[in-house]
Amino acid sequence: MRWQSFLPLIVVSFLAAVLFVGLELDPKIVPSALIDKPVPQFDLPPLPGKEPGLIAADLARGGISLVNVWASWCGPCRIEHPQLMEIAKIEGVRMIGLNYKDDPAKALAFLQQLGDPYESVGTDRTGRVAIEWGVYGVPETFLIDGHGRIVLKHVGPLRPEDIPEKILPAIQAASQ
Amino acid sequence: MKRRLVGLAVIFMLMGGSHVYAMAVDAVTLQDPALEARARTIMQGLRCLVCQNQSIEISDAELAGDLRRIVRERVAAGDTDDQVRAHLVARYGDWVLMRPPFKLSTLALWAGPPALLALGGLGLWVGQRRRVRTAPPPLTEAEKAQLQEINTRN
Repeated sequence: MRWQSFLPLIVVSFLAAVLFVGLELDPKIVPSALIDKPVPQFDLPPLPGKEPGLIAADLARGGISLVNVWASWCGPCRIEHPQLMEIAKIEGVRMIGLNYKDDPAKALAFLQQLGDPYESVGTDRTGRVAIEWGVYGVPETFLIDGHGRIVLKHVGPLRPEDIPEKILPAIQAASQ
Repeated sequence: MKRRLVGLAVIFMLMGGSHVYAMAVDAVTLQDPALEARARTIMQGLRCLVCQNQSIEISDAELAGDLRRIVRERVAAGDTDDQVRAHLVARYGDWVLMRPPFKLSTLALWAGPPALLALGGLGLWVGQRRRVRTAPPPLTEAEKAQLQEINTRN
């Protein structure tokens, strides 16, 4: 048997490997252009009764922050909410909400019903600030290090397994 | 045969001619038609992040509408086409461009298909040459006689 007889097998195995990896990738997830970049400049008003609002400088005061983009009209946000409540218990991590194109009254009712994990919330009524963050859907979650740099972006709802597999290791890496 | 080809050509021409473009309708557009036309052209090259295979020019997604507003703002503010695109690429990455730029990370994307085509062509050429080279030698006189015998027997 000459080696050439195996050529089709080699080519097909290579293709199969490439396509198999492709199966695991989610084409809906767009990689963030802002990783390792400082958070964009913004100044957002608060939810009424939950003053103050949120400005970019709040994220560069040292310490790690998790910025969660959410809305009361967003179904998957309800699914991930228990995970946010869980992460909010972690010491040394500020949980911050970016309320996207929402009615403040409905947003407050959402937090009253499901619990409020956020230390502060900025309300982005027009969605303009979210575009500065490269947001293209809700929910999305960003991890910010102590220097105000974006170190991780998670698109879609956080699942329970994402906390030990993704969030905790990133927090650990960012606090060094 | 020739008539059929002409018929096919006509069908293709008609298909090309009746191309109707979908277009999203915005309440606010730019007053200056030249600027609006420029903004539209830029929008055609920007990918909608929600629907992914539509440009923001034709997408009905809310985010696409927000991005169209930003494109119009930048154009009205005097940005060049490249500056407008760079503004969105800074936020959403090269992904937002319908036509990805040619660079190291997109090398496989751009060079892959031509490289595969060349490889296939090369394989075909080599195979063809080998087949010619290894063509069987002509029949000897004895073999010819044997063939003749088989043919007459049947």
